[in-house]
Amino acid sequence: MTIPFNNPDRPNSYIGKTVPRPNAAKLVQGRGRYVDDIVLPRMLHVAFSRSPVAHAKIGTFDLEEAKAVKGVVRIFTGADLAEVCTPWVAVLAHLKGLKSPPEHPLAVDRACWVGEPVVAVVATSRAAAEEAASLVVVDYEELPAVTDTMTALDADTPVIHPELGDNLAFRRLHEEGDVDAAFKSAHKVVSARFRTARHTGVTLEPRSILVDWNPAEGQMTAYHATQAPHMMQTVFAKHLDIPESRVRVVCGDVGGSYGIKVHVYPDEVATAAIAKVMGRPIKFIADRLESFSTDIHARDHEIEAKIAVDEDGKILAIDVDDWTGIGPYSVYPRTSAIEGNQVVNLCGGPYDFANYRAQTTVVFQNKTPTCQYRAVGHPIAVAITEGLVDMAAAAIGMDPVEIRRRNMYADDAYPVTSPAKMRFEGLSHHASMDKLIEMMDYDALRADQAEARKHGKYRGIGIASFIELTNPSPFMYGIGGARISAQDGCTVRMDPDGSVVALSGVTEQGQGTEAMLSQVVAEGVGVKPSKVRVITGDTQVTPYGGGTWASRGAGIGGEAALQAARALRDSILGVAAAMLQTDANKLDIRDGQVVDADTGEERMPLEELGRIVYFRGDTLPKDLPRELVQTRHFITMEYPFAFTNGVQASYLEVDPDTGVVTLLKHWCVEDCGRVINPQLVDEQIRGGIVQGLGGALYEEIHYDEDGQLLNGSMADYLVPMAAEMPDMQIAHVETPTKESELGAKGAGEAGTAGAPAAVMNAINDALRPLGAQVTEMPFTPERILRALGKIND
Amino acid sequence: MKASAGGYARAESVGHALELLAAAEGQGRVLAGGQSLIAAMNMRLSVGDLLVDISKISDLSGVAVGDGALRIGALTRHAQVGSDPLVNVHTPLLRDAVSHIAHAAIRNRGTIGGALAHADPAAEFPACALALGAILHVDGANGARSVAAEDFFEDVFTTALNEGELLTSITVPVAENGEVQVLEEVARRSGDYALVGLCLVKRSAGHRIALFSVGPKPILAKGAMAALDAGDLDAAVESLSAEIDPPSDTQASAAYRRHLAGVLLRRAVARLKGDVA
Ligand SMILES: Cc1cc2nc3c(=O)[nH]c(=O)nc-3n(C[C@H](O)[C@H](O)[C@H](O)COP(=O)(O)OP(=O)(O)OC[C@H]3O[C@@H](n4cnc5c(N)ncnc54)[C@H](O)[C@@H]3O)c2cc1C
Repeated sequence: MTIPFNNPDRPNSYIGKTVPRPNAAKLVQGRGRYVDDIVLPRMLHVAFSRSPVAHAKIGTFDLEEAKAVKGVVRIFTGADLAEVCTPWVAVLAHLKGLKSPPEHPLAVDRACWVGEPVVAVVATSRAAAEEAASLVVVDYEELPAVTDTMTALDADTPVIHPELGDNLAFRRLHEEGDVDAAFKSAHKVVSARFRTARHTGVTLEPRSILVDWNPAEGQMTAYHATQAPHMMQTVFAKHLDIPESRVRVVCGDVGGSYGIKVHVYPDEVATAAIAKVMGRPIKFIADRLESFSTDIHARDHEIEAKIAVDEDGKILAIDVDDWTGIGPYSVYPRTSAIEGNQVVNLCGGPYDFANYRAQTTVVFQNKTPTCQYRAVGHPIAVAITEGLVDMAAAAIGMDPVEIRRRNMYADDAYPVTSPAKMRFEGLSHHASMDKLIEMMDYDALRADQAEARKHGKYRGIGIASFIELTNPSPFMYGIGGARISAQDGCTVRMDPDGSVVALSGVTEQGQGTEAMLSQVVAEGVGVKPSKVRVITGDTQVTPYGGGTWASRGAGIGGEAALQAARALRDSILGVAAAMLQTDANKLDIRDGQVVDADTGEERMPLEELGRIVYFRGDTLPKDLPRELVQTRHFITMEYPFAFTNGVQASYLEVDPDTGVVTLLKHWCVEDCGRVINPQLVDEQIRGGIVQGLGGALYEEIHYDEDGQLLNGSMADYLVPMAAEMPDMQIAHVETPTKESELGAKGAGEAGTAGAPAAVMNAINDALRPLGAQVTEMPFTPERILRALGKIND
Repeated sequence: MKASAGGYARAESVGHALELLAAAEGQGRVLAGGQSLIAAMNMRLSVGDLLVDISKISDLSGVAVGDGALRIGALTRHAQVGSDPLVNVHTPLLRDAVSHIAHAAIRNRGTIGGALAHADPAAEFPACALALGAILHVDGANGARSVAAEDFFEDVFTTALNEGELLTSITVPVAENGEVQVLEEVARRSGDYALVGLCLVKRSAGHRIALFSVGPKPILAKGAMAALDAGDLDAAVESLSAEIDPPSDTQASAAYRRHLAGVLLRRAVARLKGDVA
C-alpha cells in the first residue's frame, strides 16, 4: 500500500506537516546531554600542546615543568602514542592518484601546521591540563612553510612530504565535447577569476569526546559529538587494534556539526588511545580558540573560468581551472579531494550545454587541513557558474533571468546526464524560477532599483540557480574502499502501552532528524508523533548506518523508517485481524486505534493489542506471528546521487563610498522532493542561507606567509549575525524521487550552496553602472572599494 | 581556555579598593564590568592578577549635573549612559556612542570607566571624551587628581593611570546652546569595534574632531579642526588623512581606513548642516 501524500485529509497525515520537535523542550530547558555533561568515575582530562609554527622538525622535549603542575597525571608524545595507534592514510581508490602521507594522533618527528597536536597532557582537570600544556617545551627546528596554493607546485617551492615527490595531492581533468572549438567560434567569451575564502564551521558545541576503555570487558565506549558513529566505530577499532564489535560509539545531543564533526581528528583519536593506555575515562572538549586551528577548514579555492555564448545567450562551453590548498594531510577517511572533485562535478549544473572542461588541482600546504563542510564544493561551483552566466548576460545585454531560462534543462527533459556526467532523475529549474520571479516580484524590484539609482543609491538584484547533491549512494565513498555506509536502517517496535520506539542509524545534530523520524514513523504505523520515541546515535543499539551528512538523513534514514513503520503496521494488523476475526486489509490504524478501514469505526486501542501480545499471548492462535519489532534498511540503487535544485535571489544595497553592503532581502525556491516537515525544511534553508551569506560577506581565515593563523577567534573571524541578516522568503516545488516511497531528497545544504553566488551577482548588478566587478569572497567593504578604484595605497 | 586569576576581593568603598590595590603589590587589577578583562583572562592574555572587584561601590555609579558639567561615575553601565535623560540633553554624543558599542548584554555590564581605563584604540568612549574635552577624575594612595582627556590616553591599552589608581568619574562640559555632536562609524557587523570612527563636535569656539581605530590611541585631528573652522571641508579631509596613522589588519588595510576617515568626516559635516545622509 502506498501513502496518498497529495491528499492532506488522509488519516495520520503527519508527513508534509509541521509537527513539534520532540527534543526541543529538552534542549531549551538545558536538559540536553552533550558530551561535556557526562562525568564518569575516575575520569581525566586531556589538553594538547600544539605546534606554534607551520612547519618544523620536532627535536627534544622538556616536560619537567609541565609534569610538576598539580593534578598532572601523565604526558604523552607522538612516539608514545605511535606504539598503540597505527597511522592512517586518507586516500580513496576511486579518486585516482590521490596521495597523502600517514598521519598520527600526535605529530611524530615533524609538525606540519599551526595547531597540530604534538604533546598530550592528562590531568585531573582541564585547567591543570591546560596549565601544564602551556609549560611543555618542544624544540622546534623550523622548516620552510608552503602557504600559497598557486605556487605550491613550482619547482622552487619546498616539498612538504619529500617521500610523496611533490605537493600535488590530487588532480582531475574532465572533458566533454570540443571545448576549444566552441570557444573559438563563439559569439561572446567572458572570463573571470574567482576566489572563495578559507572558512570553518564554527559549531555551537565544540568538538567533544569522552572515551572509556574497560579492560575487563575488552570494550571501548566513546561518547562522541559526531555525525557518523558507525564510521568512528570502525576507525577506533582499526587503529587501536580492538575488534569492531568491541567499540561502542554513543552520540547523544550534538550542538551543530555542518560537516565539521564527520571527520577523524588526531586529537580525538589521541584521546581514545590514551584512554586505552591508561584504563581511565579521558575527556577532550576543544575550546573555541583551538577549534579555529584544528576544526577542518574548507572552501579555499582560486579559479580561472570562462564561458562561451551565442547571440541568443545559449551556453556553448564552460571551462574551469580550479585550485585548492588542503593543508598538509588529506583528512581521514573521506579525503580532502572531494571538494575539488565536486567543483568539477557541479559547475554548469543547471544548464543544458555540450562542451565542458573542468580541472581541479588539489595541493598540500602548511595550514589547517581542509575537508567537507556544509554544501561541499557547491558554493564554489555555483559562484563560478552563476557568476559567469551573469557576466555573459551583461556582455550580450540580456536580462539575467532570461539567459537562465534559455539554458536551464527543460522540466520535462528528465532523466538527463549533464556534461559533467551527473545523472538527474527529475528537476524543476523552470518551475522554480517561475515561482521565484513571482514571489520576489522581479519587475517591481527592477523598478525599485531604477528609482533608487535616481537618488544615488546603488541597489542590485542577484539570481543564482543551483543543483545540490543529496542521498549519496556507495558511489561517494564506498566504492573507494571507505567503510562509510550509504545504506541506513531503522528498527520500529511497539511496546505494551501501544507506544512506538524507533531506532535509527541516522543522527541528530540539531537539524531535526528526530522530529522527521517521529512523524514518518507516526504516519507509517498510525499513531501520533508524540507516541513515537526516537533513539539515534548508539552503535550498540541502532541498526547499522551512515549517520547524517550529505543531506541524507531524511532521504535515506526517513525511507528506512517509513518502510519499518509500514512493516510494523502490517504485523500489528495481522495480530488485530486474528483478535477481531476479520481480514487484516479491512483494518487500519489511526491515532493509536485499530479501526475499520472503510468506516473508521474504532475496533481496539493499540494498548489492548499490546496487553494481549505481551501478557496474554497464550490467548492468540499458536502459529500467529506477533513480531511487533520490524527492521528495514534502505539504499538508493538507480542513481549515484539524488540531485535537488533551486534558485535564490538577493536584493541589496552597496554604499559606494564605504563599500558596505546592506542585505535587503533574500529569496529561495527549492525542490527537495517530498517536504516532510515544512518548518524544519524552511529553517534548514534559512540556516544554510545564513552560512552562505557568511561566506559571501564575512568569513575568511587569514594566514600570513609563514603559515601563522591571524584571526583565530570570534572577535576577528566574523560569522554572520542576526542584525545583518535580511528577511528571507522560502518556497518549494516538489519533485519527489521515485527511488523511494517517501520521495524525499536532502534539504540541508541548498541554502549554503546558492547564497554566495546570489549575493555576488547582486553586488555586481549594483556596481555595474560604476564599471566595477568583484569576484573574490568575502566581499568586504575594502574589496568593493578597491574594485571601484577608490583606494590609494 | 580556563582563566587563571591570582585572587579575588570585593571592595566595599573607594578607600577599600585603594587599600586592596596597594596591598596587591603591583599584581592588583580592577574588575569593573568585566567585559574586556574577563575575555582577556579567558584567552590567557592576562594571567595571575589579584582582582579587585569595584562593581558594588555604589558611589561610583550614576550621572549628575552641576557647575556647567555633567559628572558620570566610572561604574555607570553603557546601557545607563545610553538611556540617561541628563546624558541625552547635555552630551548626546555619549548617548549615540552607546548604540555602537557591542551588544545589549555587554552594554548591560560594561562600564564607562572600564572602557576609558581599558583604552582600546577602537573604542567609542575614549574618542568621545577627547572630542568633548572631558576631564577624568582619578583617586589613588597619593590622593585624587584630574587628567584632561588629551593627556589621559597614551598608547594601546595604556593610560595616565598609575599603578594602584582608580578612575572614579568623568566630567564633560554640558552642551552649549546650538552645539552639535555627531558620531559616525563603520563596523563590519553591528556591535563590532569600528573599522574607523569619528566624533565631530561643533561649538561656538570651533570644531572638535576625534577619531578612533586609526592608530594606537584615539586622536584629536587638530589640522582638520582648523580647516573646518576656516570652512574648507576638502582641506579638512586632506589634513585628516595626514594626521592619522591607521593600522592594517585582517579586517581592513590602512589605506582603506584612511579613505574611510575622509568619508566619515564628510558625512559628519553633512549631518551638522542637517543634510542627513
Ligand atoms: C563582544 C564584545 C564587543 C565589544 N565591542 C565594543 C565596542 O564596539 N566598542 C567599545 O568601546 N567596547 C566594546 N567592547 C568592550 C566593552 O565596552 C567593555 O565593557 C569595556 O571595554 C570595558 O568596561 P568594563 O567595565 O567591562 O571593564 P573591565 O573589563 O572590568 O576592565 C577593563 C580594564 O579596565 C580596568 N578598569 C576598569 N574599571 C576601572 C576603573 N574604574 N579604574 C581603573 N581601571 C579600571 C580593568 O582593570 C581592566 O584592565 C566589547 C566587548 C565585547 C565582549
